[in-house]
Amino acid sequence: MSGVPALPARRGKDASALLALADDELIVGWRDSEWTGIAPLLEEDVAFSSIAQNEIGHARALYELVVGPDGDADALAFDRKPDEYRCAPLVELHLLEWAYTIARRWLYEIADEIRITALKDDPDPAVAGLAAKIDREEAYHRMHAEMWHERLRDEPRFRKAVEELWPHALGVLPAELRGELVTRVGLPEGEAIERGTHTEELVPLWEEMTMVRRSAPAGAQW
Amino acid sequence: MSALPAPERTPVWEVFRKEKRGAAFEHAGSVVAPDADFAEAWAREQYGRRGESVALWLVPRDAIRDVEDWADEFDLKYRRVDGYSIKARLKEARERAGTAGTG
Repeated sequence: MSGVPALPARRGKDASALLALADDELIVGWRDSEWTGIAPLLEEDVAFSSIAQNEIGHARALYELVVGPDGDADALAFDRKPDEYRCAPLVELHLLEWAYTIARRWLYEIADEIRITALKDDPDPAVAGLAAKIDREEAYHRMHAEMWHERLRDEPRFRKAVEELWPHALGVLPAELRGELVTRVGLPEGEAIERGTHTEELVPLWEEMTMVRRSAPAGAQW
Repeated sequence: MSALPAPERTPVWEVFRKEKRGAAFEHAGSVVAPDADFAEAWAREQYGRRGESVALWLVPRDAIRDVEDWADEFDLKYRRVDGYSIKARLKEARERAGTAGTG
Protein backbone atom coordinates (compact mmCIF):
# COMPACT_ATOMS: atom_id res chain seq x y z
CA MET A 1 0.00 0.00 0.00
CA SER A 2 1.07 3.53 -0.55
CA GLY A 3 2.29 5.60 2.35
CA VAL A 4 1.10 8.83 0.79
CA PRO A 5 -1.31 10.55 3.13
CA ALA A 6 -4.42 12.19 1.78
CA LEU A 7 -3.50 15.72 0.79
CA PRO A 8 -5.44 18.56 2.42
CA ALA A 9 -8.24 19.68 0.14
CA ARG A 10 -7.28 23.33 0.19
CA ARG A 11 -4.08 22.46 -1.58
CA GLY A 12 -5.63 19.72 -3.70
CA LYS A 13 -5.15 21.80 -6.83
CA ASP A 14 -1.47 22.48 -6.46
CA ALA A 15 -0.32 19.66 -4.18
CA SER A 16 1.09 17.68 -7.09
CA ALA A 17 3.20 20.65 -8.20
CA LEU A 18 4.39 21.13 -4.60
CA LEU A 19 5.17 17.44 -4.32
CA ALA A 20 7.12 17.54 -7.59
CA LEU A 21 9.17 20.44 -6.26
CA ALA A 22 9.69 18.74 -2.88
CA ASP A 23 10.76 15.46 -4.49
CA ASP A 24 13.16 17.30 -6.80
CA GLU A 25 14.75 19.06 -3.83
CA LEU A 26 15.02 15.85 -1.80
CA ILE A 27 16.55 13.81 -4.61
CA VAL A 28 18.91 16.50 -5.90
CA GLY A 29 20.02 17.10 -2.31
CA TRP A 30 20.61 13.39 -1.90
CA ARG A 31 22.57 13.15 -5.15
CA ASP A 32 24.69 16.21 -4.40
CA SER A 33 25.43 14.95 -0.89
CA GLU A 34 27.11 11.95 -2.50
CA TRP A 35 30.06 14.29 -3.17
CA THR A 36 30.61 14.91 0.54
CA GLY A 37 34.19 14.01 1.31
CA ILE A 38 35.20 13.47 -2.33
CA ALA A 39 34.52 16.81 -4.05
CA PRO A 40 37.51 18.01 -6.06
CA LEU A 41 38.43 20.83 -3.67
CA LEU A 42 38.18 20.95 0.09
CA GLU A 43 36.39 24.30 0.23
CA GLU A 44 33.96 23.21 -2.46
CA ASP A 45 33.30 20.01 -0.55
CA VAL A 46 32.05 22.02 2.42
CA ALA A 47 30.04 24.43 0.27
CA PHE A 48 28.51 21.72 -1.92
CA SER A 49 27.52 19.62 1.08
CA SER A 50 25.94 22.63 2.71
CA ILE A 51 23.91 23.38 -0.42
CA ALA A 52 22.81 19.74 -0.59
CA GLN A 53 21.63 19.99 3.02
CA ASN A 54 19.75 23.20 2.23
CA GLU A 55 17.92 21.48 -0.63
CA ILE A 56 16.84 18.66 1.68
CA GLY A 57 15.70 21.32 4.17
CA HIS A 58 13.54 22.88 1.43
CA ALA A 59 12.08 19.44 0.70
CA ARG A 60 11.21 19.00 4.37
CA ALA A 61 9.45 22.37 4.55
CA LEU A 62 7.49 21.57 1.40
CA TYR A 63 6.45 18.11 2.65
CA GLU A 64 5.32 19.69 5.91
CA LEU A 65 3.26 22.21 3.98
CA VAL A 66 1.70 19.46 1.86
CA VAL A 67 0.76 17.19 4.81
CA GLY A 68 -0.37 20.02 7.08
CA PRO A 69 0.36 20.54 10.78
CA ASP A 70 -0.88 17.10 11.87
CA GLY A 71 0.66 15.20 9.00
CA ASP A 72 3.82 13.14 8.87
CA ALA A 73 6.38 14.68 6.53
CA ASP A 74 8.76 11.74 7.00
CA ALA A 75 6.08 9.33 5.82
CA LEU A 76 5.60 11.39 2.69
CA ALA A 77 9.33 11.63 2.12
CA PHE A 78 10.27 8.01 2.74
CA ASP A 79 7.26 5.68 2.72
CA ARG A 80 6.38 5.90 -0.94
CA LYS A 81 7.41 3.38 -3.56
CA PRO A 82 9.96 4.64 -6.10
CA ASP A 83 7.37 5.01 -8.87
CA GLU A 84 5.23 7.23 -6.62
CA TYR A 85 7.88 9.93 -6.44
CA ARG A 86 7.20 12.93 -8.65
CA CYS A 87 10.82 14.01 -9.16
CA ALA A 88 12.16 14.86 -12.60
CA PRO A 89 14.63 12.45 -14.24
CA LEU A 90 17.31 15.20 -14.14
CA VAL A 91 17.74 14.95 -10.38
CA GLU A 92 17.86 11.14 -10.33
CA LEU A 93 20.93 10.79 -12.50
CA HIS A 94 23.93 9.36 -10.73
CA LEU A 95 26.60 11.69 -12.06
CA LEU A 96 30.08 10.61 -11.18
CA GLU A 97 31.87 13.38 -13.01
CA TRP A 98 32.20 16.84 -11.57
CA ALA A 99 31.56 18.55 -14.94
CA TYR A 100 28.17 16.83 -15.13
CA THR A 101 27.38 17.48 -11.49
CA ILE A 102 28.07 21.19 -11.86
CA ALA A 103 26.22 21.29 -15.19
CA ARG A 104 23.17 19.76 -13.49
CA ARG A 105 23.46 22.12 -10.54
CA TRP A 106 23.58 25.13 -12.88
CA LEU A 107 20.68 23.94 -15.06
CA TYR A 108 18.66 22.93 -12.01
CA GLU A 109 19.14 26.27 -10.27
CA ILE A 110 17.91 28.20 -13.30
CA ALA A 111 14.85 25.99 -13.68
CA ASP A 112 14.24 26.16 -9.95
CA GLU A 113 14.44 29.95 -9.93
CA ILE A 114 11.82 30.12 -12.69
CA ARG A 115 9.30 27.91 -10.89
CA ILE A 116 9.97 29.39 -7.42
CA THR A 117 9.41 32.88 -8.86
CA ALA A 118 6.06 31.68 -10.22
CA LEU A 119 5.15 30.11 -6.84
CA LYS A 120 5.84 33.39 -5.04
CA ASP A 121 2.65 34.68 -6.72
CA ASP A 122 0.59 31.68 -5.63
CA PRO A 123 -2.88 32.65 -4.35
CA ASP A 124 -2.29 30.48 -1.26
CA PRO A 125 -0.31 32.71 1.12
CA ALA A 126 1.32 29.68 2.81
CA VAL A 127 2.67 28.52 -0.54
CA ALA A 128 3.76 32.02 -1.62
CA GLY A 129 5.40 32.61 1.77
CA LEU A 130 7.37 29.38 1.70
CA ALA A 131 8.43 30.04 -1.90
CA ALA A 132 9.77 33.45 -0.85
CA LYS A 133 11.62 31.89 2.07
CA ILE A 134 13.17 29.20 -0.13
CA ASP A 135 14.07 31.82 -2.71
CA ARG A 136 16.11 33.81 -0.19
CA GLU A 137 18.34 30.78 0.39
CA GLU A 138 18.39 29.77 -3.26
CA ALA A 139 19.97 33.15 -4.04
CA TYR A 140 23.24 31.77 -2.65
CA HIS A 141 22.85 28.53 -4.55
CA ARG A 142 22.45 30.53 -7.73
CA MET A 143 25.51 32.59 -6.91
CA HIS A 144 27.46 29.37 -6.40
CA ALA A 145 26.18 27.76 -9.60
CA GLU A 146 26.78 30.90 -11.63
CA MET A 147 30.36 31.30 -10.48
CA TRP A 148 31.11 27.76 -11.62
CA HIS A 149 29.32 28.38 -14.90
CA GLU A 150 31.30 31.58 -15.49
CA ARG A 151 34.51 29.66 -15.00
CA LEU A 152 33.66 26.49 -16.93
CA ARG A 153 31.35 27.80 -19.69
CA ASP A 154 34.01 27.56 -22.40
CA GLU A 155 35.35 24.20 -21.30
CA PRO A 156 34.38 21.48 -23.83
CA ARG A 157 33.68 18.96 -21.06
CA PHE A 158 31.27 21.32 -19.37
CA ARG A 159 29.55 22.29 -22.65
CA LYS A 160 29.11 18.62 -23.49
CA ALA A 161 27.61 17.94 -20.06
CA VAL A 162 25.17 20.85 -20.39
CA GLU A 163 24.07 19.70 -23.83
CA GLU A 164 23.59 16.11 -22.70
CA LEU A 165 21.58 17.12 -19.65
CA TRP A 166 19.52 19.76 -21.49
CA PRO A 167 16.52 17.52 -22.41
CA HIS A 168 16.39 16.45 -18.74
CA ALA A 169 16.55 20.08 -17.59
CA LEU A 170 13.57 21.00 -19.77
CA GLY A 171 11.59 18.24 -18.05
CA VAL A 172 11.97 19.95 -14.66
CA LEU A 173 9.50 22.66 -15.69
CA PRO A 174 5.93 22.49 -16.94
CA ALA A 175 5.67 23.38 -20.63
CA GLU A 176 4.43 26.92 -19.96
CA LEU A 177 7.58 27.84 -18.01
CA ARG A 178 10.13 26.39 -20.43
CA GLY A 179 10.44 29.45 -22.65
CA GLU A 180 12.38 31.35 -20.02
CA LEU A 181 14.71 28.41 -19.41
CA VAL A 182 15.43 28.26 -23.15
CA THR A 183 16.26 31.99 -23.16
CA ARG A 184 18.45 31.80 -20.06
CA VAL A 185 20.42 28.71 -21.07
CA GLY A 186 20.59 29.62 -24.77
CA LEU A 187 19.91 26.16 -26.19
CA PRO A 188 17.04 25.26 -28.57
CA GLU A 189 13.95 23.83 -26.88
CA GLY A 190 13.85 20.36 -28.45
CA GLU A 191 12.24 17.35 -26.84
CA ALA A 192 12.08 17.18 -23.04
CA ILE A 193 12.64 14.13 -20.88
CA GLU A 194 9.42 14.51 -18.97
CA ARG A 195 8.57 14.17 -15.33
CA GLY A 196 6.42 11.13 -14.63
CA THR A 197 8.94 8.67 -16.01
CA HIS A 198 11.86 7.51 -13.90
CA THR A 199 15.40 6.52 -14.77
CA GLU A 200 16.82 3.18 -13.69
CA GLU A 201 18.98 5.09 -11.25
CA LEU A 202 16.12 6.04 -8.94
CA VAL A 203 15.58 2.58 -7.43
CA PRO A 204 19.14 2.10 -6.05
CA LEU A 205 18.99 5.66 -4.67
CA TRP A 206 15.59 4.98 -3.08
CA GLU A 207 16.84 1.74 -1.53
CA GLU A 208 19.71 3.53 0.15
CA MET A 209 17.68 6.60 1.09
CA THR A 210 14.85 4.67 2.73
CA MET A 211 16.97 1.89 4.26
CA VAL A 212 16.83 3.13 7.86
CA ARG A 213 13.18 4.04 7.62
CA ARG A 214 12.25 0.60 6.27
CA SER A 215 14.32 -1.19 8.93
CA ALA A 216 12.71 0.84 11.74
CA PRO A 217 9.27 1.92 10.54
CA ALA A 218 8.31 3.21 13.99
CA GLY A 219 11.18 5.64 13.87
CA ALA A 220 14.88 5.07 14.42
CA GLN A 221 16.40 5.95 17.79
CA TRP A 222 19.87 7.48 17.60
CA MET B 1 44.12 24.78 -20.44
CA SER B 2 42.93 23.91 -17.00
CA ALA B 3 39.89 25.74 -15.71
CA LEU B 4 41.17 26.19 -12.21
CA PRO B 5 44.73 27.21 -11.43
CA ALA B 6 46.97 24.46 -10.11
CA PRO B 7 46.39 24.04 -6.36
CA GLU B 8 49.87 25.27 -5.44
CA ARG B 9 49.21 28.56 -7.23
CA THR B 10 45.65 29.06 -6.02
CA PRO B 11 45.52 32.17 -3.87
CA VAL B 12 44.86 32.01 -0.17
CA TRP B 13 42.25 34.41 1.20
CA GLU B 14 42.43 35.36 4.83
CA VAL B 15 38.97 35.52 6.34
CA PHE B 16 38.02 37.98 9.06
CA ARG B 17 34.62 37.75 10.63
CA LYS B 18 32.47 39.99 12.74
CA GLU B 19 30.46 38.06 15.29
CA LYS B 20 27.86 40.69 16.00
CA ARG B 21 27.07 44.23 15.04
CA GLY B 22 29.46 46.68 16.66
CA ALA B 23 32.12 44.03 17.28
CA ALA B 24 35.56 44.24 15.71
CA PHE B 25 36.55 41.95 12.86
CA GLU B 26 38.69 39.08 14.03
CA HIS B 27 40.77 36.67 12.02
CA ALA B 28 38.76 33.50 11.53
CA GLY B 29 40.89 31.40 9.18
CA SER B 30 41.42 31.18 5.46
CA VAL B 31 40.06 29.73 2.25
CA VAL B 32 41.97 28.69 -0.85
CA ALA B 33 40.08 30.06 -3.85
CA PRO B 34 40.93 31.04 -7.42
CA ASP B 35 39.12 34.39 -7.32
CA ALA B 36 37.05 36.67 -5.11
CA ASP B 37 33.73 35.09 -6.16
CA PHE B 38 34.82 31.58 -5.22
CA ALA B 39 36.38 32.94 -2.04
CA GLU B 40 33.07 34.58 -1.12
CA ALA B 41 30.94 31.53 -1.85
CA TRP B 42 33.22 29.24 0.10
CA ALA B 43 33.80 31.62 3.00
CA ARG B 44 30.04 32.12 3.35
CA GLU B 45 29.65 28.39 3.85
CA GLN B 46 32.66 27.87 6.09
CA TYR B 47 32.39 30.94 8.27
CA GLY B 48 28.74 31.93 8.07
CA ARG B 49 26.36 29.07 7.55
CA ARG B 50 25.75 28.52 11.27
CA GLY B 51 24.86 32.15 11.79
CA GLU B 52 28.19 32.76 13.53
CA SER B 53 29.06 35.88 11.53
CA VAL B 54 27.23 39.07 10.57
CA ALA B 55 29.98 40.18 8.17
CA LEU B 56 33.15 38.85 6.59
CA TRP B 57 36.28 40.46 5.15
CA LEU B 58 38.17 38.49 2.55
CA VAL B 59 41.74 39.59 2.00
CA PRO B 60 44.16 38.01 -0.47
CA ARG B 61 47.14 36.88 1.56
CA ASP B 62 49.46 38.64 -0.92
CA ALA B 63 47.87 41.95 0.08
CA ILE B 64 48.99 41.52 3.66
CA ARG B 65 52.29 43.04 4.76
CA ASP B 66 53.96 40.82 7.29
CA VAL B 67 55.65 42.53 10.22
CA GLU B 68 57.33 40.16 12.58
CA ASP B 69 60.83 41.40 13.30
CA TRP B 70 61.33 43.57 16.33
CA ALA B 71 64.55 45.24 17.46
CA ASP B 72 64.87 45.33 21.22
CA GLU B 73 68.52 46.23 21.56
CA PHE B 74 68.10 48.77 24.32
CA ASP B 75 66.20 48.29 27.51
CA LEU B 76 62.98 50.11 26.72
CA LYS B 77 60.79 48.25 29.16
CA TYR B 78 59.55 51.49 30.71
CA ARG B 79 57.45 51.90 27.57
CA ARG B 80 55.54 48.74 28.37
CA VAL B 81 52.69 48.43 30.82
CA ASP B 82 54.49 45.68 32.65
CA GLY B 83 57.76 47.59 32.71
CA TYR B 84 56.83 50.00 35.45
CA SER B 85 55.56 48.71 38.75
CA ILE B 86 53.12 51.13 40.26
CA LYS B 87 51.98 48.95 43.13
CA ALA B 88 54.69 49.89 45.67
CA ARG B 89 54.51 53.56 44.79
CA LEU B 90 50.76 53.58 45.12
CA LYS B 91 51.02 52.01 48.55
CA GLU B 92 53.48 54.67 49.69
CA ALA B 93 51.31 57.45 48.32
CA ARG B 94 48.25 56.11 50.08
CA GLU B 95 50.10 55.87 53.36
CA ARG B 96 51.24 59.48 52.97
CA ALA B 97 47.71 60.59 52.24
CA GLY B 98 46.33 58.54 55.13
CA THR B 99 43.80 56.68 53.03
CA ALA B 100 43.55 52.93 53.22
CA GLY B 101 44.13 51.38 49.85
CA THR B 102 42.40 48.22 48.93
CA GLY B 103 45.30 47.22 46.76
